[in-house]
Amino acid sequence: MGDLIIENLSKEFKKGSNEFLALKDINLSVKNGEFVTILGPSGCGKTTLLRIIAGLETYSSGTATLDGELITGPGPKRGMVFQEYSLFPWKTVLGNVMFGPLMQNFSKDEAEAKAMTYLNLVGLSEFKNSYPYELSGGMKQRVAIARALANEPEIILMDEPFGALDAQTRNNLQNELLRIWQEEKRTIIFVTHSVDEAVFLSDRIVILSKRPGTIKKIIEVSIPRPRDRTRPEENAIRNEVLRLLDTNENCEID
Amino acid sequence: MNSFIIGMESQNVQKIVIGALSLAAFAILWELLAIIVNNSFYLPRFSSVLSAFFSVIQSSFFFNDVAISLYHFIIGFAFALIIGIPIGMLMGWFPVLDKALNPIVEIFRPIPPLAWIPFAIIWLKLTHQAAGFIIFMGMVFPIIINTYSGFKNIPKIYVEAAKVLGSVSSIKLIKNVAIPAASPMILSGIKTAMGVGWMCLAASEMFGVSDSGIGYKIWFYYGIQAMDYVVVYMLILGFIGLLLDFLFRYFIQNRVLKWQKGTVV
Ligand SMILES: Nc1ncnc2c1ncn2[C@@H]1O[C@H](COP(=O)(O)OP(=O)(O)OP(=O)(O)O)[C@@H](O)[C@H]1O
Ligand SMILES: [Mg+2]
Repeated sequence: MGDLIIENLSKEFKKGSNEFLALKDINLSVKNGEFVTILGPSGCGKTTLLRIIAGLETYSSGTATLDGELITGPGPKRGMVFQEYSLFPWKTVLGNVMFGPLMQNFSKDEAEAKAMTYLNLVGLSEFKNSYPYELSGGMKQRVAIARALANEPEIILMDEPFGALDAQTRNNLQNELLRIWQEEKRTIIFVTHSVDEAVFLSDRIVILSKRPGTIKKIIEVSIPRPRDRTRPEENAIRNEVLRLLDTNENCEID
Repeated sequence: MNSFIIGMESQNVQKIVIGALSLAAFAILWELLAIIVNNSFYLPRFSSVLSAFFSVIQSSFFFNDVAISLYHFIIGFAFALIIGIPIGMLMGWFPVLDKALNPIVEIFRPIPPLAWIPFAIIWLKLTHQAAGFIIFMGMVFPIIINTYSGFKNIPKIYVEAAKVLGSVSSIKLIKNVAIPAASPMILSGIKTAMGVGWMCLAASEMFGVSDSGIGYKIWFYYGIQAMDYVVVYMLILGFIGLLLDFLFRYFIQNRVLKWQKGTVV
């Protein structure tokens, strides 16, 4: 359950008559319960890779399978937290989080119970009747995480979920996410721009190169949790990642 | 804070006072002008319109006139909703249907609704349905067009978010995402349509579909040269139109769209 295998995957976009290679020869396998981050310069195909896994984008060659099943379209086994705000503005917080379970044909009561469980987990149960416009950016992303979790997917794909947040909120949410991940034991694939974030969160860091996106290196982070943000162990990995990113000409990491 | 509230209040008071004074001045000017013109067919006096007004609202047929007009309006409105919303949705959601139906809609849309009067009479005879048909013709296109463009402009992110959560089929996506996301546009189309439909009402009752109704009465009193009564029914027509607009905004639009932050609808 929750084993993702990507083999020789490439993705071409057609722009008019031109073809444009966004991802090339991606090989990656992610085991159940693993926390993997994907790091790379802007435009290297991180979102594209996540969207392919989510089933929102087709791929040109290679295969992507979850538990041996070829990924051909979106499905509730793979949850996603998008790079931009994606809560349904016409639904309350509770309505948003209940949406997935209702689509899985759970009864209203069951869906609400599930939703409340995950709203509690992200600490927002008292905002259940608020509309998204009444929430801060950080709260919106927490609801988005609760919404993805409430569907009880095997893999959660997260595309720079904390990208738009201030450093303080970001640190808090990173801690919260780790806590949730440890409680829920789900596979997480997490895209980020931040080396610190990757080192703090993940079991493995996948470093993508600039166009066309290829896997440059996969780094194991075997530092036990809870991690620190400034100790020599963390710093050593951080430096290694930075060095790998640096050798990328015109690298746009921020 | 206190002085702010007082400021707001005195502004409101000012607005009411100036508005009332302006209306009073308008009435006096009207009266004077009518005295000068001295021809109640060209310009009835304000005072005689006022007394006509009181005799109309006390009369037994007034309620009937309003009811018949609303009946015509509701026939047109109901059919415009039942036909316009699905067509707009289908065109907005399925590109093939967009391509297929767009030319047809574009041919019929610019035709003024009143140009349909001959066919209304031929197809439906002199019935309430014929009046409803003219109103329908005025209402259906704003509803189609707004529903269509509401559906065309649904942010892709909501559709994708719904798909990832397991709402994949077109029917589910239309129900769960497209309709709520497009509801502000659809409702504003309905509001526009109500305005257009109400404007068609007077003319739709002037070709003999019934012997009551606000539009019919305007025509009837013109026929007997009672222009003060004509003005009364004109004003009633305008007032009910305003009232419908207000009721729609406060009881439908604002309730359905309470998730929209501070939107002025
Ligand atoms: N639908 C599309 N059609 C054409 N080209 C696309 C499409 N989506 C993405 N691309 C291109 O593919 C490349 C990778 O885009 P992608 O969004 O995956 O980058 P990213 O790594 O997520 O960048 P960022 O860090 O800025 O979010 C970019 O050059 C982009 O222009
Ligand atoms: Mg991206």
